Amino acid sequence: MSARIAGIGSLALAAIALLAFVPRLGNAYYLALSISLLQYTVLATAWGMFSGPTRYVSLATTAFFGVGAYTVAVLGEILPWPLVLLIAAALGAMVAGVVGLSTLRLSGVYFVIFTFGLTELIRQLVVWFEVNKSRVLGRYVFVNITQADIYWQLLALTAAVFLLGWLIARSRLGFALRVIGEDETVAKHCGINTTFAKVALFTISATIMTLVGAIMAPRWTYIEPSIAFNSMISFQVLIMALLGGAHRLWGPVLGAIPLTLLFELLSARFPNTFTIILGCIFLVIVYMLPRGVAGLFERRSAPSAKTTQRVTA
Amino acid sequence: MSSDGGTPVLAVNGLRRAFGGLVAVNDLGFEVALGEIMGLLGPNGSGKTTALNLMSGVLRPDAGTIRLMGQDIAGLASYRIARLGLARTFQLVRVLDGMDCRENIRAGLAFQKPHLTAAEAELRIGALLARVGLAGHDQRPAADLTYIDRKRLELARALAAKPRLLLLDEWLAGLNPSELAIGIDLIRSLRADGITIVLVEHVMSAVRALCDRCIVMSSGRKIAEGLTADVLSDAAVVKAYLGGVAADA
Repeated sequence: MSARIAGIGSLALAAIALLAFVPRLGNAYYLALSISLLQYTVLATAWGMFSGPTRYVSLATTAFFGVGAYTVAVLGEILPWPLVLLIAAALGAMVAGVVGLSTLRLSGVYFVIFTFGLTELIRQLVVWFEVNKSRVLGRYVFVNITQADIYWQLLALTAAVFLLGWLIARSRLGFALRVIGEDETVAKHCGINTTFAKVALFTISATIMTLVGAIMAPRWTYIEPSIAFNSMISFQVLIMALLGGAHRLWGPVLGAIPLTLLFELLSARFPNTFTIILGCIFLVIVYMLPRGVAGLFERRSAPSAKTTQRVTA
Repeated sequence: MSSDGGTPVLAVNGLRRAFGGLVAVNDLGFEVALGEIMGLLGPNGSGKTTALNLMSGVLRPDAGTIRLMGQDIAGLASYRIARLGLARTFQLVRVLDGMDCRENIRAGLAFQKPHLTAAEAELRIGALLARVGLAGHDQRPAADLTYIDRKRLELARALAAKPRLLLLDEWLAGLNPSELAIGIDLIRSLRADGITIVLVEHVMSAVRALCDRCIVMSSGRKIAEGLTADVLSDAAVVKAYLGGVAADA
């Protein structure tokens, strides 16, 4: 087992080292595309970290992404960059903690609707604040961050997310989340503080999403609430994670990569009918691949595992 | 064991819970001594499961106290009650279908303090599987188990927490005669481990075979309490619970 872990670990390190050279290729389009790929990989993986085991479907991705982006818009020019990221992460964690404590008692569809509403609420709060207090509608983001810097930061975050997800999956907290996803009543009777476990993981997941928003913000030179809080991100991330399979740490990336490429293609070719196509894709995924691409792999490998068992028995 | 013979494992007093106008549990009081198997009987809708839910923290009582080893647990969250040594099974068997048998049992012991080392936990899980008659099913998904094996697994998960008090909610319901005999032996063997049990059950042969004492509920109230044989022949009980038919369903 530990040999396998070491193998996968060194493979992952090699992949990251290789990916770090993408900006050196000098092709602006590929760099931009790679940034999108990493962005959605991190967002979908972070989404799956919470929603996969607990099966709580969250549409709050945009809310946290936007909080991160807006933190940069407000503080980016005033404070040193690492401090800005730190503040963004702290804000995201705070919002997630408050939201988690107040909403994770809701179940099923109520939670979905609340998280969707939350995005809109935060967006309206920001609009209100900007119009009435700061008297601006949008903000210019002038920070000394290049596209390559964005890429490297996202790559580092990707590595961190997978490491963190792996550690959580092996931890007592990760196991608790799986039990909660199976049967919350049983979880409580096993001595699991379900509220704490859910809020903790929701907060971790949201903090990562907030960091993505913050890192991505310098990509736009101009930010306004409708850009930072674009609810399409929540839906895209949800679809990617479901396509890949949210019950595995490596599942969402299997959805994030093909769908980012597909969305890239579709939004360029069919800018007006893009959302309709998106909806159809979502339907197909839910009907055809209820356990995602990861589930397909498992189905393939499951019978062979049984045969080996029989052979060895 | 920190408990002396004097403190009952469970002491319920003045317990009450209403749903709207319906008083599901009304002024319920009883005690269960260490190592005792107490039967909790009554017709459907008499408040037995509500009483179990109040004890295990699924519901909050409107009034009354529930003392577990002397400590009042009324109104505490389920997970706190579980950590204080109360485990239960459910009327409709609840196992974790997406996990294998070992993981199901691990769920029962991973969140109890003090935490075991991984090696200790694996050893305990293996022993529990053997104990309930599931040896060799380690990697089997819980979803693939037969009905009685699901019941066994649920019991093993409850036992994993090394409970002082075990609440069994119709654990023997739906078993065929030979399974029933196995089930009765299994529950009887738990007493030897010093586990105190409250048994909600409709299977009268099991109640006779297992329970030292019984209480009988009807419309939320306790209508009888005493030694099993006495209670089952009590005229009021026969009338309320068995509708006058001979007490040997």
